[in-house]
Amino acid sequence: MSHIHIDQVFKTYPGNPPVRALENIGLDIAPGEFVALLGPSGCGKSTLLNAIASFEKITSGTLTVGGQAMEAPGPDRGVVFQEAALFPWLTVWENIIFGPKAQGLKPADYEEHAGEMLAIMGLNDFKHHLPIQLSGGMRQRVGIARVLTLGSKILLMDEPFGALDAQTRLSMQELLLSVWDRLKPTVIFVTHDIDEALFLADKVYVMSARPGRIESMLQVNLPRPRTIEMTATTAFNEMKLEILHKIRGH
Amino acid sequence: MKQRNILSIVVPIVLLAIWQIVGSRPGMQAMLPSPSLVLSAWYEWIFGQAGMGLDVYKGTWLANVQYSASRVAVGFVMAMVVAIPLGLMIGWSRITAVMLDPMVQMFRPIPITAWLPFSIAAFGITNMGSISLIFLGGFFAIVVNATQGARDVDKNLVRAALMMGASPWTLLLRVILPAALPNIFTGMRLGLGIAWTAVVAAEMVAVKSGLGYVLWDAYYVGRMDIVFADMASIGMMGFLSDRLIIWIERRVLTWRLLQNH
Repeated sequence: MSHIHIDQVFKTYPGNPPVRALENIGLDIAPGEFVALLGPSGCGKSTLLNAIASFEKITSGTLTVGGQAMEAPGPDRGVVFQEAALFPWLTVWENIIFGPKAQGLKPADYEEHAGEMLAIMGLNDFKHHLPIQLSGGMRQRVGIARVLTLGSKILLMDEPFGALDAQTRLSMQELLLSVWDRLKPTVIFVTHDIDEALFLADKVYVMSARPGRIESMLQVNLPRPRTIEMTATTAFNEMKLEILHKIRGH
Repeated sequence: MKQRNILSIVVPIVLLAIWQIVGSRPGMQAMLPSPSLVLSAWYEWIFGQAGMGLDVYKGTWLANVQYSASRVAVGFVMAMVVAIPLGLMIGWSRITAVMLDPMVQMFRPIPITAWLPFSIAAFGITNMGSISLIFLGGFFAIVVNATQGARDVDKNLVRAALMMGASPWTLLLRVILPAALPNIFTGMRLGLGIAWTAVVAAEMVAVKSGLGYVLWDAYYVGRMDIVFADMASIGMMGFLSDRLIIWIERRVLTWRLLQNH
């Protein structure tokens, strides 16, 4: 299965002085696990995500998925980008089926599945819209529908809701959780929002900046399925406080 | 709105009136014939019966427009076919850029008219002489802009395509090309303007037909009325072909138009 194994990973950008973006990163992520990487900007959380996606090469260390070293980006690791990164010249539907089409599959092989993912993400009424005609939240729905259509067992999400307003962000979080409950992919979710990390993830890895390293891990013991009410409980606030203290170094 | 329409034609009318007065003075016909003379010469050039009387230009307008326009069309399409893929490759692949970009940058500053003697030496007084010049004019404008377009492609769009399993070929055709299209169209509009300059220059020296040939020929025989009618015709053709590109651009880049609103 798609177990992600990361051990003694370093990433240094050459320069004067060199930037130590990742220092001695080690973590294991089980299939179906929902993991959040939490930290301030510049802590290397996006770099780590890009390394798992094979967008960037690591300087040293071990990074394997299902026991195999990853050489190039591929549909097994679906990436949801911060600004959705949809092709502006393609409609919602064309964006969603870009992957299977690019891989040379026949329409009969992917259209039904893609249609389901379109429906799951609540995009049926927007099938023929261009990205520019959609709000930020709707665009991000397309970004998610597109990787779900790929059938990725691993979703790498780089602050996907960071640019959305509070209301939209909340409904997107709920939507993501319902999709995750249904399809159970492994999710690595990068964020700098403590509430978001706790609401979504099974485990929260707290990272610190310069050099980027994992400071600690917090197991989130909220039951699933999660509801928004849970974010107002004592248990939630205690975990939030714990993370705040870790970030502040108390 | 109506007032602005009236205001916008004030200056042209005043200039036209001055031109008419100055051009009607004795002796001016050999330098600046009046607009009415130019118009009547233009009319005869277009609608006159060819081969009748002393006016050798009568009725030859359409044929000359066709000569020039078809040269521009052939040379320009050739330029597009070569320059678009090449520009995308230079902008996209570092190896191609290292191999070809210095060459492009070296030849690009040479003014298009400076190639004339070489094109005559290579192709003689033939169609290919002028077509090669048009090709070069269009080529450099398009290749430079296509390169820029391919270079400026959003990094995350490329990453997204690779993540979804796109091959290098798919990436080039379905991501780099559409992303570079706005730049390519800019290059095409520039290139087409240069192509009309090139065709006029080439026809003046390298062939015996077309609007550029008539322009120089009419000057030699002192037919300044035809010279002005010819200038206006070239301007009109340049304008129309530019509108054609814009028309195509609007249809191809609908997504882009929405973006700019």
